[in-house]
Amino acid sequence: MKKLIAAAALVALVVPAIAADKVSPDVIKKVIAASWKDPAGSNPKGAKPDWAARLVPDETLKVCSDTLNKPSKAQGDAIVKAAKASIKYPADGKFMGDWKKGEKIAQDGRGGRYNDKVGVPSGANCYACHQIDPAELSFGTIGPSLAGYGKKHKFKASEVKIAYEQIYNSHSAHPCSHMPRFGANGVLTMDQIKDLVALLMSPDSPVNK
Amino acid sequence: MKHRFCTAVLATGLAIAVLAPAAQADETKKGIERYREMMADPFANPGTLYVDRGEELWKKKRGPKNASLEKCDLGLGPGVVKGAFAQLPRYFADTGRVMTMEGRILHCMVTLQGLDGKAIVKKAFSGRGVGGSEMEFLASYVGAQSNGMKFAVKLDHPKEKEAFEVGKKLFYMRSGPFDYSCQSCHAEPGKRIRLQDLPDLTKPEDTRKTIVAWPAYRVSTESVKTMEHRLADCYRQMRMPRVGFASDAVSALNLYLAKLGEGGVIEVPAMKR
Repeated sequence: MKKLIAAAALVALVVPAIAADKVSPDVIKKVIAASWKDPAGSNPKGAKPDWAARLVPDETLKVCSDTLNKPSKAQGDAIVKAAKASIKYPADGKFMGDWKKGEKIAQDGRGGRYNDKVGVPSGANCYACHQIDPAELSFGTIGPSLAGYGKKHKFKASEVKIAYEQIYNSHSAHPCSHMPRFGANGVLTMDQIKDLVALLMSPDSPVNK
Repeated sequence: MKHRFCTAVLATGLAIAVLAPAAQADETKKGIERYREMMADPFANPGTLYVDRGEELWKKKRGPKNASLEKCDLGLGPGVVKGAFAQLPRYFADTGRVMTMEGRILHCMVTLQGLDGKAIVKKAFSGRGVGGSEMEFLASYVGAQSNGMKFAVKLDHPKEKEAFEVGKKLFYMRSGPFDYSCQSCHAEPGKRIRLQDLPDLTKPEDTRKTIVAWPAYRVSTESVKTMEHRLADCYRQMRMPRVGFASDAVSALNLYLAKLGEGGVIEVPAMKR
């Protein structure tokens, strides 16, 4: 009987996810193919990214999309594991770059769109979603405030590493996080990520003043 | 002229904001609110000029077929413009597709007037300083003929039901280098990108306010922009490839949002940042 109730409870949990899928993946595929007929035509001159691939969720995003960013425990664990495996660390073990460069990257929302110039490094556009340097008043609120981040974490070396991992692939700690996987997706270089870590964790950074 | 004056008012609001850091965001918001109040005056909204120009274009004989758009069937029968926008997007038997207002206008320009669809699409989103496109004029006119009416899109046809489900799926589908879906920015109340408020498009209240406002006169581009443009520009910012004008994906998303926001009272072109 207990098993039955447990099974019923499980079904109740699973049903909403199934109910959300009232349209077959084939129909979605067809709509996407018909609506983005020439994804390569979006290519800025001279660029060769695979634009069609941008319309295909990878395994992590498939689970996040299907569960509306609320993965089950098992799904979440698998996502965290894959995310951790994706992170590449600096060979010299130094996670902090230049916070001044980091501030510029955090302010910069350019890069990666079909109308962006090729060859210009992508910005991270952190201020779109986060408060960072308290002096910057034009900040978004989709993500948590990062003002005083380093001070709050007592400038610990372990927290410096966590900040690096969070920017590189936020799913390593928060499965189905809204935040882009800046390192794992190749949006930012390792040096850019180090500069952002410095912005958050350096005692000299205005974030911690 | 009035438009410039209002921009100055906004700038003043922004300038005041610099004085007191703690109150700055609030002051800026108040400045924008004052600006919006002034702009709520229908005679001060430059979008009304688009409605007039759209009406002229609608009634003018043009193209290889030397025809006007007055026999265009927007879903309520040939020639019926009043109330048509309130029920769009919808399924059209003659094309076998669910179409948006802009998609249907394009269809009529091609079939009734014999105009080149590709050329119309190429110019559909006007650039800065151009002062609007034919599509933006026509969409403003057609949209405004449903002003005061409630959005009431139907899901009667199986293709409309399917488009609704496709739109929902696309809303939540994350992909691309930034891993974004519509949900990334539009699934929680009271959020912002920088200082820009974001509507929560998972809830009817915010969705209603959003869908009844487009086409809207955008101060930032100094032109009317349509829902087609709004959705295409979101996809651009999401780092996706260029989505097709009047494509099935845009129609499905538009239908999904229009259904979620049904009951909202149409007032277009609205005034936006």
